[in-house]
Parts: sequence; structure tokens; C-alpha cells
Amino acid sequence: MSKQSLPVPSMTALAPAAARQALAKLAPRLLLKNPVIFATAVVAAMVTLLGLRDLATGVPGAGAAVQIAVWLWAAVLISNFAEALAEGRGRARADSLRATKTDTMVRVLASPDSAHDSATMVSSATLKRGQILLVVAGDIIPADADVVQGVASVDESAITGESAPVIRESGGDFSSVTGGTRIVSDWLVLRVTSEPGRSFLDRMIALVEGAERAKTPNEIALNILLAGLTLIFLLVVVTLEPFARYSGTSIPVVFLAALFVTLIPTTIGGLLSAIGIAGMDRLARANVVAKSGRAVEAAGDVDVLLLDKTGTITFGNRMADALIPAQGVSEAELARAALVASRADDTPEGKSIVELARKLPGANAAMADVAEAIAFSAQARLSGADLTDGTQLRKGSVEAILRQTGAAMDAGLAASVDQIARSGGTPLLVSQGNRIMGAVHLKDIIKPGVRERFAELRAMGIRTVMITGDNPLTAAAIAAEAGVDDFLAEATPEAKLELIRSEQAKGQLVAMCGDGSNDAPALAQADVGVAMNSGTSAAKEAANLIDLDSDPTKLIEVVLVGKQLLISRGALTTFSIANDVAKYFAILPALFIAAYPGLAVLNLMGLQSASSAILSAVIFNALVILALIPLALRGVKYAPSSAAALLRRNLTIYGLGGLIVPFLGIKVIDAAVNALGLV
Amino acid sequence: MPSDYLVFALYAAVTVGLAWMLAGYMHRVFSGQRVWTTPVIAPVERAFLSAAGTGPERVQGWTGYAMAVLVFNLAGFLFLYAVLRMQGMLPGNPEGIGPISADLAFNTAVSFVTNTNWQAYSGEVQLSYLAQMVGLTVQNFVSAATGMAVAVAVIRGFVATGTGKLGNFWVDLTRSVLYVLLPLSILAAVVLIWQGVPQSLGAYVRATTLEGAQQVIAQGPAASQIAIKQLGTNGGGFFGVNSAHPLENPTILSNMIQSVYILLIPVAFCFLFGRMVGDRRQGWAIFAAMGVLFVAGLLLINAPEQAGNPLLTEATGITGPNMEGKEVRFGATLSALWAQSTTAASNGSVNAMHDSFMPLSGLVMLLNMQIGEVIFGGVGAGFYGMLLYVVLAVFLAGLMVGRTPEYLGKKIEGREVTLAVLAFLSMPVGILVFGALAATVPSALSAVQDAGPHGLSEILYAYSSATGNNGSAFAGYGAAAPFHTTLQGIAMLLGRYAIIIPMLAVAGALSVKTPAPATAGTFPTHGPLFVVLLTLTVLILGALTFFPALVLGPIAEHVSMLGGQSF
Repeated sequence: MSKQSLPVPSMTALAPAAARQALAKLAPRLLLKNPVIFATAVVAAMVTLLGLRDLATGVPGAGAAVQIAVWLWAAVLISNFAEALAEGRGRARADSLRATKTDTMVRVLASPDSAHDSATMVSSATLKRGQILLVVAGDIIPADADVVQGVASVDESAITGESAPVIRESGGDFSSVTGGTRIVSDWLVLRVTSEPGRSFLDRMIALVEGAERAKTPNEIALNILLAGLTLIFLLVVVTLEPFARYSGTSIPVVFLAALFVTLIPTTIGGLLSAIGIAGMDRLARANVVAKSGRAVEAAGDVDVLLLDKTGTITFGNRMADALIPAQGVSEAELARAALVASRADDTPEGKSIVELARKLPGANAAMADVAEAIAFSAQARLSGADLTDGTQLRKGSVEAILRQTGAAMDAGLAASVDQIARSGGTPLLVSQGNRIMGAVHLKDIIKPGVRERFAELRAMGIRTVMITGDNPLTAAAIAAEAGVDDFLAEATPEAKLELIRSEQAKGQLVAMCGDGSNDAPALAQADVGVAMNSGTSAAKEAANLIDLDSDPTKLIEVVLVGKQLLISRGALTTFSIANDVAKYFAILPALFIAAYPGLAVLNLMGLQSASSAILSAVIFNALVILALIPLALRGVKYAPSSAAALLRRNLTIYGLGGLIVPFLGIKVIDAAVNALGLV
Repeated sequence: MPSDYLVFALYAAVTVGLAWMLAGYMHRVFSGQRVWTTPVIAPVERAFLSAAGTGPERVQGWTGYAMAVLVFNLAGFLFLYAVLRMQGMLPGNPEGIGPISADLAFNTAVSFVTNTNWQAYSGEVQLSYLAQMVGLTVQNFVSAATGMAVAVAVIRGFVATGTGKLGNFWVDLTRSVLYVLLPLSILAAVVLIWQGVPQSLGAYVRATTLEGAQQVIAQGPAASQIAIKQLGTNGGGFFGVNSAHPLENPTILSNMIQSVYILLIPVAFCFLFGRMVGDRRQGWAIFAAMGVLFVAGLLLINAPEQAGNPLLTEATGITGPNMEGKEVRFGATLSALWAQSTTAASNGSVNAMHDSFMPLSGLVMLLNMQIGEVIFGGVGAGFYGMLLYVVLAVFLAGLMVGRTPEYLGKKIEGREVTLAVLAFLSMPVGILVFGALAATVPSALSAVQDAGPHGLSEILYAYSSATGNNGSAFAGYGAAAPFHTTLQGIAMLLGRYAIIIPMLAVAGALSVKTPAPATAGTFPTHGPLFVVLLTLTVLILGALTFFPALVLGPIAEHVSMLGGQSF
């Protein structure tokens, strides 16, 4: 597979633009979206005014006040910068997508059966849902559409990054095309399925840019908690002034403001939206388009994964596993015939036959003898070669070869073919002239590594259910081999839907992927539905995630991204709150030491003066946001394991770490502040 | 092992053992199953419920349940207020005590209805027997029963499988009183009478002392009220000085019985929870978190009391435990144990004067109340208060396992978090905002007895006690001025209903959710890790809120004392 890497600009490249954005985001309307940062900005403005007033009137300590104001603004700007940086990565991708969205003239037909030369030219910007289009090789497909007539290769690299063209044809599961892709051979008659401005591409651009980013349920809940904590700390700080006055001391308002900002959860508040945007971006880089952030979050909660066997658990295509010669045919003869007849078959099945036959002795016949190769076609369901001596070698489905040769299988071979079919495999026949040489056993091969993958999922508490059209016996055999927890054999769309409903009734969250239009009801019913981009528009409409690579295993990646998103938020929240303990020990002794000199014992860090302690805490508060930006954008490291193990690990790192780090950080900053003579 | 630790261990073993048994009994009672008291009590219960026109089959959603709680408590308040205002005209008043003022009646009525039992009045001087019995003692039972009913309903919400129903308040209330509070109170009252506590409707005794002076010895129907004041974590004593009074708490045995009764039902609620949710480990986990906090607090109170006051040692050469404000018959150990139990459990009764404890002991007592009385806490109230912290802890750390936070299979989402934050706000408002008002308004400041940080501790203690529905006081604080009786009345209402209603709403929101079965990916809430998490959440969220004020109060007092300065 030749996959272009999608444009992911480095952080350093994006930083200048993000810095400009950070300033633009100071607009109160934008700040209001984030209660914690809004509160910080209000306090920063207040401290700025007080500091300037003190500076003008020459009050001692004005210098410290101004510096505190600077660092309070820094916290706001750093938070804006983090958000801008996260958005910048999405925007770069959106720009490359937008480049494919050009206004062109397109051929519109009155009806699907109209003659092609009756087409009228209209601007692609005016296309309406339901209109019939004709596109020919070289055209950019102007809108999302279903193929009504024709078969053609389409280059979807603009959307997926995959450079090999894919076949699109009417009917079946490969009948939808996406606006912005290019048709590279033949022609297609299309029916437009999207309204102007609401195409897949439009939605994708909006999503990766974060323009349509609605807050997810957990994010809303977290925001409420953070706003609540901010309110509580506001009460704490505002009431501290009367308590201090009662105690016969007074605290400068600037110091109270500094205490307030360091206590409120600015770390998580400042990085919350960056985490969300970066999570969506990680998903986009995995070539999955989420229709909503809610779906990504739900993916983290999934209890049951329904996986189609084909392409996920087994290689999408069956592979040659054995050659069974007919009576009177040597294995070498069969191998040679199969090899030559499969040379012109580019399908994975064909290639696997070549690979298998090569390993057998005597199979390497000179290809110079071939007069004409007959490529595999789905209509004929066979491939082959005519040799220079006139011999016709063919390989194909049992029916096709029997029809081609007009011969019958001997009893032994017929029994073998029957056996293969009953075991869930696919039998093929090989013929030479009118003689049936033997059979090829095509078999489902379990992908390497899936077993381990399912074990990981099990450790995370996710149950995997294999969905297959196979009979229960075959299904059970494959399920056991692949290590899935359960399987649904002879699955019909109704059975899938029923399975999802029954799991949901037990309180389970279900994820599934599918491509065909008969999957649409199940995709809509599932809590997380991933549609293959190659699939029908009905499936894509019903799903809440679309995998551009059409890779069913992607579901597992989506789950991991969802979990990582939640973990990052939880970890930084815990870290943020744990930080407050050290900040108290930095600031409170500084505030009250004048009233009660004995409170010096609370100055655990041995900070040098009241002003330097407060300034150091404020600087630490701003710098820690900056230091955590890479973590917020990358996401907290996540290796699949049980919830208990994850909790232990993350509580240790972010809880305990959150208690300890600021003690060290503030101490170091205090030393620096004093060394530089800032206060 | 020093003798004080031995006393603590014995106390813990007896309390936990009895609570464990009580939890099994309560589980059957609240689920309507037969218990050994059923043959006697069931007919009475049926009579009450049919008179009220309700029954166990009429289950309520959270709004119906909350409305019933409010209506019942409002009626109780109005009745009690009327009795207090009109006691001079009513019978059962052999001493001919007149009516009490409007603000004091408001304060007292709120205080008893909210299970606070803050006593701005002095019982033997200002209240008639009738007011004590039909007013206060009745509320001692029903305010405790209200807490128990709400806690049971909240737990039902966590367990419900999408039904949206929390039970019937009237049934839970009646059962709490008839099956739990009454039998246990009668039992304790009998033992207390045997130990010398009076139970009489006669007039006060006039005695001639050895010096020939006339002394009035107050008495009355005390034993019955004392039993329920401990059992129901009410704490309102019959006599002004509460269980320090020799007739209210005459012996070591009466002291131990009362100490055990303070924590009995609150501890039992942990185990009841485990039984109700069908996983006893869940109950043990919450018990462990509360237990760790309780033991830590006890040791932190005990150590300075046993060490005594360094200033006193320096000035007079007297060494030994801090005995100021303590009864000699209980000493430092039993006083420390009581102080920890009564402040942790939202009881509020005292057997020593908390005002005279060492500053750091006072700090622990203050924190016990400020974190919302959740270290076992008030009957029922402590448990649903702890569930509030559970919701916050699960939400904060739960995200770290990569799933929407869940507790007992129920997702904790925006609605639950909003309600929990709302409920959480009541403590800082009641303590910090009201306390700051009391520390600022000139007319309010006359209540403060002592100068400097100890004075601030007194203010904080008064408002922590009111908002935490504890009821105990730093004795130096004269809270009888109308400013305080009114503001504290509001604080008590806030600390009670601004938590009950959001918690019932949380239960309501959870009750309509279908619980998801636990998997390896589920946040584990029964192991040591969760105990640590919950303990730290209580400490960090609670302490972060009140630490600055505490620095200016008890901590400043402590460091000043070390510096040789007293207030």
C-alpha cells in the first residue's frame, strides 16, 4: 500500500500563527466559553489596573504587582496558545482538503437513462440533492453521490491519502462516491446525495478545523465541576479578607488575586479545549472522520465490539491453503497448472495461489510459453492462460470451470470439494484443456496479532463478538482460533440489530462497523457505528464515524483514542487540583507571616520573601500550563490494561506527582526570582 | 499499648460489632422483610400508615420524596416554633417558664428540625417540660428518622434499575422511628436510669448544702432525651452543659454507652449500604475511608490533650494532660474520644468544653464539621454526604481509567456533577460567607469571648457547627444575639436542605439509569485504592476550602502558643 502521509505540520511550524491567534482569542466573547480562563482574565485585568495605579502613585511593591499581572496574563495567553496550536493542526489539514473543492462545470443529465451527449453544463456550486450527473475519466467528482450506472476507477487520495484507485460501480456495497475525489477511468452516472455546502468534504473540513466542535458530555460535566471549584475558591479568597482584618492584618488585593488564580484549576481549564481538539485531530490522522465528538467519547466507554470476521479477524480475502490433485494428476502437474492459470489474477486469492504453488516442487514452469493471459474478471469468475501450443489453462470457481470444460469431477475430488465447502473454506478448480486437474482450497487465515489484540481488549473489559455469515460450525472454529469472546454465525442484518439491542438492554455500550446498506439499521442502533468510506451512503449516513481507509480494525484504534481523550482530561484535572496543596504552602505563610510570625513553619519550601513566594507561585501556575501543552496535544500515554491498573498508575503519576511537582517547581522559581532580583 | 489506645480499640470493636448487627436488621426493616420485632411493631406501623393514607406500595420518584421531606419538616418546624412561643400558656411547666423570643424560637426550631440541636438557649432555665418532650424530643426522633429515610432513598437511587423510584418517605420515616430509634432508645434510657440519670416529671429539687446554702437541682425527664440525643446524632442535651453534667452522664459506663450510641447508626449505614447494593465490599470501602479519617482525627485530638499545655507547664510547673474544661471523672482520654466522635458524627453533644481544648485539637474538630460531617456523620446525613464526595471522587479520577466515570454501574454525568457541586457549595457559603459576616458586622462581634485567633476559631466553630448540623459549640461564644440566632438558623437550613435536595435529585437522576455490569474496564470502587482516593478527595477538597481560614484560627493560635503567646 502506498500511503501518503497526511500533512501534519510540526508544532514549531505552527507556533507563530498560534501565538497570533492566542492574542485574537483574548476577545471576551471567546474567553467566556471557558469559565476558568475567563475568571483568570478578569483578575488579570484587575491586577493590571491596580499595579499601574500603584506604579503611578509610587506605592512600594508596585513592581511585584505589575509582574504578577504579567504572569496572570501569561496564563491566559498560554491557554489560548494551546487551543490555537491544537486548532492549527486541524486547519492545515482542512486547507489541503479545501484545495480539492473547486468550482467546476459539470454535466447534468435529465434522467439516468438520458443519452450522454444530452448533458447540459452547470456550475458545481449549484448542484442540488437528487440531480443526475455524468462524470468521465479525469473529472473531479463535484459532490457526494451514489453511482447509478457504470463502473469506474476512482482516485480517493485527496480524502484518504491512499494512492491506489478504487473501483466504484452501481448497486452493491461500493456504490457511493465522495465529492473531491477524481475519476481516473471510464464514466459514471451519479445521483447527488448531499445538499450544497453540506457535503462530506464540507463536514470534514468543519470538523478538522474545530468549527463545529460542540462540547462532549464529559467535557460539559468537567466544565461544570471546574466552574464550581472556581466559585468555591472565589468564596475562599473573598472571605479571607474579613478574616484577615479580624486577625488584625490586611492583605493586598493583588496578593488575594494571585491566591485566587493559583487555586482555581487553571491547568486543566487552560488545556481542556486543546485536549478535545487534539483528540479529534488524532482521530483524523488515523483517517477516521467523526461526525461528533460525542461518538469519540462514547468509543472510550464501549463494552462490546461487534467485528465483522472478514477483513478484521481474517484477511479480507481467502488464501490458498492446499492443492488437491484429481485422480491421475500429480501434485506437481496441478501446481504448475494452477500457477500459470493464476499468474494473470491480481486478486489476493490469485496471488496466494501463485505463492503456494511456487513452494511446490516442479511448479516453476517457464512463462515464455504463454501466448495470451486471461485476467480474472468477476463476470467470468476465472482466470487463466492460453499457451503457445494451444493448451488452455484455467482456474476459477467450481461452477465456472465445470461450465468451461464441460467435464465432471471424479468422485474423490468431488468429495474433497464438498469437504472444503463444508469446513467454511472456498474450493476452486484448475483445468487444463478439458481436463480437471484438481482443486484449490481457499481458506480464511486469521490475521497475525489479532489474538493478542483481543486479549488486550479483554483486559480493558471490552468483549469482542465476531459477526459472520458462516455456518455456526465454521464460525466456532474461527472464533476459537482468533480468541474472540463470542460469535454470531449466519448473521443477517436483523440478527445483528437484535444482538445490539439485547446488549444495550443489559446496559452495555456497543460499537460496530459495517459497510453495506443492510448494515445501516445496526450502525444507527449501535452507540458507536463506524462506516467504511467505501461503503454505501446509507451506511455512512447511519454511522457516527467514517473510516476513510475502510479498515474494519480501525474500530479498535477509535476506542483507544476515545479512552486516551478521557484519561488526558482526568489526569490533568487531578494534577491541577493536587497542585493547590503546594500553592497554599507557598502563599498562605507569605500572606499572614506579618500577623503571626510563628506561621513561618508553614513555609515548607523556605521561600525567601512574601513577594517572591507569591510571584513564584503565579509564575509556576503559568509555566506549568505551557509545560503540559505537549502532553495535552499528544494525549496521556495509554497502554491497554485493566481499569484498576490504569487508576493506580495514573493516580500515582498525576495525583502524587501533582502534589510533589509544584513544591519543587515553586522552590526553583523562587530561587531564580531572587537570583534575578525581580522582587 | 498505652491505656488510651486500649480504650479506643475497645470502643471501636464494640461500636463496629453492634453496627454490623444493626445493619442486617435495618436492611430487613427498610426492605419490608420480617424481623423479630415485627409481631409487636407491624400493627402500630400499619395503623400509622393507614391513618396517613399511604403505604409501601405507593413508591415516590425523587421529586415526590423530596416534597414529602420538605412538607413534613416544615410542619415540624411550625409546630415546634408555636410550642416554644406559647410554652408559658401550656401545661407541663411546673417551673412556670415564660415564652422565648421570636429569633431564639426560630433558631431552636430550625436547630431541632435539621437534626443540629444547636442550643442557643439553656434547657433547664428556658424550656418547660412540655417543650422539651413534645417539642424537642419528638424532633430528636423525627429529624433523625428524616436523615435515615433520605439516606435509604438515596441509596435506592444508586441501586435502582431504571425505575426512577426511591421508595415512600412516610414508610421509611415510620420504620426508622418504630423499628430502629424507639427500641434502641428505650434500651439505652433504661440503662442510663440505672446509672443514675433522672427520668421524672417532678419539679426541681431544692436542697440545703452542707454550708447551709439553698441549691436548686434541675432534673426532669432526662434519660429518654439523652438516649435519643446520642442515637439520633442530635446532641441537644437536657441540661445546658450537656453530657458534662453529672446528672446527664454520671459514670464511665454511661459515658461509654453514650459514646457508642453516637456512632452506632452512622457506622451501620456503611454496612447497610453494602447490603443494599448487593456488594458488601462497597460498604466496607466507604467504612474504611470514614474509619481512616476518624482514627487520624482521634489520634490528632488525643495527642495534644495528653501532652497538655506547654505554657501552663512553663508558668506553673504542672505537667500532664490538658484538663481545662474537662470532667475529672472522664479525663483527657474519654474527653478526646467524645470530642472526635461528636464532631465527626454531627452529634454535637459534649462531655467536655471544646473551647478549652488545645488549638490543634480544635482544628481537627473544626475540620470534622467543615468537610460536611461525613466521617460517619449524622444518622443518614453523614452517609449521603459521603456519597456526595464519592460522586466527586469518582468523577475526578474516574476519567483516568478512560471511561465515563461510573459508580455501581451508573454513569456519573453532567447532571449528577452539577447537583453535587451545588450541594458542595453549601458548606463554604454557610461557614466562610456567614462566618465572614459574623467577623465583620460590629454588633455580631460582641459574641466573641476571646481575642485573637482563638476568637476567630470561636466564630468558625459556631458557623461550622451550624452548617454541618452538628450543634456543639466553643462554649465561649455567646451566640444568643438575634444576629447570630437568625444567621445560624439560615446556616442550619442551608447545611441540611441544600444537601438533601440535590442528593435526592442525584439519586433521582441515577435511578432512571440502567446499571452496566462491571467489567475489567470498570472503575473499581471496593479496593484499597478507592479508599485512598476517597479519603484524599475528602481531605483535599474539604481542606482546600477551609485551610486559609484555619491558618488564621487554630493554626495561628498554635504557633503563637509555641511562641509563648496565649489569647
